[in-house]
Amino acid sequence: MALFMTVNSSGNWDFVLPFRGGKLLALLLVAYAISISTVLFQTLTANRILTPYIMGFDSLYLLIQSAMVLLLGGLGYAMLDPAFKFSIEIGIMLVASVLIFSSLLFSNTGDLYRMILVGVILGVLFRSLASFIQRIIDPDDFAVVQNASFAQFNIVNTSLLQISLVLIVGVSIVIWRLRHILDVMALGREHAINLGIPYRRYNILILFLIAILVSVSTALVGPVSFFGLLVSGITYVLMKTHRHAVLIPAAFLVGALCLVSGQMLFEHVLGMKAVLSVVVEFLGGIVFLVFLLKRKTL
Amino acid sequence: MKLKILVLAIICFLIVASLFVGVSDVNLGSMLNDPQALNVFLTSRFPRTLAIVLSGASMSIAGLIMQMLMKNRFVEPSMVGTTQSATLGFVVVTLLYPGASLMFKMLVSCMAALAGLYVFMLIARRLPPTAYLMVPLVGIIYGGVIGAAATFIAFEMDMMQFLAAWINGDFSSVLAGRYELLWLTGILGVIAYLFANQFTIAGLGKEMSTNLGLNYSTIVSIGLGIVAIITAIVVVTVGAIPFIGLVVPNIISRLMGDNLRVTLPWIAMMGAGLVLACDLIGRLANYPYEIPVGTIIGILGTVVFLYLLFVKPAHVR
Repeated sequence: MALFMTVNSSGNWDFVLPFRGGKLLALLLVAYAISISTVLFQTLTANRILTPYIMGFDSLYLLIQSAMVLLLGGLGYAMLDPAFKFSIEIGIMLVASVLIFSSLLFSNTGDLYRMILVGVILGVLFRSLASFIQRIIDPDDFAVVQNASFAQFNIVNTSLLQISLVLIVGVSIVIWRLRHILDVMALGREHAINLGIPYRRYNILILFLIAILVSVSTALVGPVSFFGLLVSGITYVLMKTHRHAVLIPAAFLVGALCLVSGQMLFEHVLGMKAVLSVVVEFLGGIVFLVFLLKRKTL
Repeated sequence: MKLKILVLAIICFLIVASLFVGVSDVNLGSMLNDPQALNVFLTSRFPRTLAIVLSGASMSIAGLIMQMLMKNRFVEPSMVGTTQSATLGFVVVTLLYPGASLMFKMLVSCMAALAGLYVFMLIARRLPPTAYLMVPLVGIIYGGVIGAAATFIAFEMDMMQFLAAWINGDFSSVLAGRYELLWLTGILGVIAYLFANQFTIAGLGKEMSTNLGLNYSTIVSIGLGIVAIITAIVVVTVGAIPFIGLVVPNIISRLMGDNLRVTLPWIAMMGAGLVLACDLIGRLANYPYEIPVGTIIGILGTVVFLYLLFVKPAHVR
């Protein structure tokens, strides 16, 4: 991290420290959000293949952008106050996640997979609706929307950082205090209930926390799918333990390492030639596939 | 019986509508008088309608075969990475051999689709059979990963716009001379019909099939081959048409049961009808601009899929 701040800065400290500091903070926040949300999600579903990012949050984000451009016009959209836009995005995504998760509340068996599948399908629906809107709007307005399609680690709006910081720090405190309960919940539904945990309540709570993390990270940098898988896969391999007290900090560090070093590579070595998110997705996907084929069980 | 005649009538109506709806003014009168109108009809309208019918029918059949072979009602080629593998194969071959003939590219795409399907079958075998809905979920992630690979290559090689054309199924570029490969899917559909009884038995599982004297692995290979080839041809010619393979077989199965010899023609017809309707909507919604059929199906198909997920069929047939 020190390297990130100092390499190639050529001594212009007034500019560099806040600029890179802001970027670094944003990267750390995002790394935390993505890594932890994936680990938690995998604990809940007892499945190391899934990630909360398939549940359509990124498509919802895209749809919100497209709808805003449709309603406000390209110019109006570009003039929106970033903080205001940010809070609207997070608000809508949270409402959507509450709606999806409430389907769990009202079903007896608590079929998690069905809920996830619903999330995925809704993701496709939102993406198609967004595509539909994009076809109807002006080509100039479309250019504004297109930017939102790829995760953008470069230009993270630092004014949004304050809100995100508050949200994520709050969530992380809650999660840290839940770490022992998470260990028990990782045993599965029957065992957890047997051991006295109000399973359904904690299920909803943790899902809600995951939703906050996913919403914030998507609103900050855009859609990411497989980075979380990459991080959680590496974490499980490195720390051969099920205890969340170890897993959570480890996932955070691994995620931060990957993201910061990746961004550094891009800026200094590759000269910003490609888009970080595409490479990360690609690598994450490959690691995931290899991981999948090598395991005997899930 | 009356319902069946009604359905047939609707499909005929849709076909006729598709032949005559569009930006240029083409109707029977103008065709006889105006050579330009006749040209539009022969070069664009007729091939387009034919392409729609063929791809809709064959994608539905491919979805059905896949569901039978994987014994899971919620899978279909675009949701287990087959479509994405075909796209990836096409992107790679266009990159490496840009001058190659369409035939060659399609062949590579087919093999890529087969490989992707085979790898997924390996993965699916590791999943616990009780977690029924996990298979489509894993399939979607798997497809997403392959799609990310294709996007990565396209992005690096500045082919994103080229790729976007394939990702979203679009019939607007179908002209005479560019869609003939789809005839092959029609032939494959007929082959599937010939094997319909075998596929029905294979849908009962490996043990039952062996019990009944069926060569399970051969039938599975034939089925997968048909699915891969159909998917690759449709992807290469018109792009990805998602959800048709999922929605249509499920609906027909709820209405008519699982005897493939009986239901296969209906599945084909309903698939064709659905894609025809979506394409018509795409042509009319933002007249005179067209919205790709993939988007329309994305909206309609997902809603129907959600309905299928939540509303259980009334009783077992």
